Amino acid sequence: MNAYSISIKPFGQHAVLIEWPKKVDEGILNDILKFNAHIKQKHLQNHIWETVPAYNSLTLIQKDSAIDFSAIETQVKSWYLNMGEQTLVEKTVWKIPVCYDLDFGIDLEEVSNRLQKSTDEIISLHTQHTYTVYGIGFLPGFMYLGGLPDSLEIPRRASPRLKVAKGAVGLAGKQTGMYPQESPGGWNIIGNCPIPIFNGDKKEPCLVSVGDKIHFHQISRAAYDLHKIEGEVGIYQLEKEGVNA
Amino acid sequence: MLKVLKSGFFTTIQDDGRFGYRDKGVPVSGAMDAISFQKVNDMLSNNIHDAALEITMTGPTLEFEKDTHISLSGAELSATLNNTPIANNEVHKIKKGDVLSYGKLEKGLRAYLGIKGGFIAENKLGSSSLYTPITRSKCLKKDTEVLYDANTKFTPKQQELSSDAVFNETVITVYKGPEFGLLDNIHFEKLFFYDFSIAKENDRMAYQLEELIAGHSDSMLTSATLPGTVQLTPSGKLIILMKDGQTTGGYPRILQLSEKSICVLAQKKFGDKITFKLV
Repeated sequence: MNAYSISIKPFGQHAVLIEWPKKVDEGILNDILKFNAHIKQKHLQNHIWETVPAYNSLTLIQKDSAIDFSAIETQVKSWYLNMGEQTLVEKTVWKIPVCYDLDFGIDLEEVSNRLQKSTDEIISLHTQHTYTVYGIGFLPGFMYLGGLPDSLEIPRRASPRLKVAKGAVGLAGKQTGMYPQESPGGWNIIGNCPIPIFNGDKKEPCLVSVGDKIHFHQISRAAYDLHKIEGEVGIYQLEKEGVNA
Repeated sequence: MLKVLKSGFFTTIQDDGRFGYRDKGVPVSGAMDAISFQKVNDMLSNNIHDAALEITMTGPTLEFEKDTHISLSGAELSATLNNTPIANNEVHKIKKGDVLSYGKLEKGLRAYLGIKGGFIAENKLGSSSLYTPITRSKCLKKDTEVLYDANTKFTPKQQELSSDAVFNETVITVYKGPEFGLLDNIHFEKLFFYDFSIAKENDRMAYQLEELIAGHSDSMLTSATLPGTVQLTPSGKLIILMKDGQTTGGYPRILQLSEKSICVLAQKKFGDKITFKLV
């Protein structure tokens, strides 16, 4: 038996959207990922279909031909009801090194003033928690992370910057995250990660998948400089732990 | 080799797209007007995946360094081969040293240049479509060289091709999007009974529309978006995502363009008018 009631909607000529209850909830995310893994293993041909999981939804996109919505709707319902419990979803906890020096954390002092906390407290709160990747989008490799403590919630900057550095780690509303490439952006920048999370030269360009966990840890400027070079020549390996959900 | 003597406004290499990486945030890319793109390959009996040039608004000047055959389709940009006008939707024989250039934009916005066997470009994540940072460059620059194989033996099959039906079309056919339900009668009236004009902000990522409709206060969780997804911002602005558009978004997806209408829209430029028709 499945715990959730799902709704299935047409999404243009090539896609269907499957929605779970509208909540940011790990149980829902896990159910989505389990179903995603199940249908990719058993039901969908990977060269024709791609799937996009995010928060409370899973979108199935057919590459070539138009889909017959009522046929796929019936199939999706039946696949979901008969999914069973056997599908294991591999998940990884990634340990992401971040240098919080003021050279990188260009908004750290302002965040400290606005939140009435010392910069050390902010760094300590940011590194104590483990965050869940609820979605990847906006830019290649950009992670939507959930699980930010309430005490670090801070609105976006009033006016966005035209350029935020690659690797910049920021805070915005209930979210924390990292810019995988230089881009315009309105987040409050508190540090920088020297290791690219996304690399278009690799066959698997993005190490992180939706459902994985992120744990930021503080590194010194010297370690940052070293890891930056190691990252560029491709010898730095992010630390990780595997967990099954 | 094809040598870029002048780059034009925005010329890119495109194929049928980069599939399978949207769950990592990588847009599908590929030709904006898939119908015209398919025509240039069809005329040359190419593979449907073969890469062509997508030429936007002001064309480049290109010198061919090997014999081959080319085909043109999409926007009418007053193309000339060694200063002699050549027609769209036909195959043209190319000799080493020939120079192709473009003039005034007559119809549409995006022209396609196909070549026998396709252009040979760096393949990243299963596609040659230019999109930074997946590919190193985002468009062709002066002195860029694009590879292709020489070809002398090709005989084009005779075919009648309808040339410009897509340019005169102003009706954009849409389906209900996932958040269509949040629209009320005030939205419907504006959406389906009035014209919209293409805003200055239009490119391969998205087309914004000038006229606002009523806003909304719906808040949704970030979810997948597709080329052709029409987003409604809280202030009532309409944004139509295109081929290089982001793969997820947080604005309600009120409408979804038909595949054909994505091609129709891809030929519209700043100031052009469209209307939506719900099917």
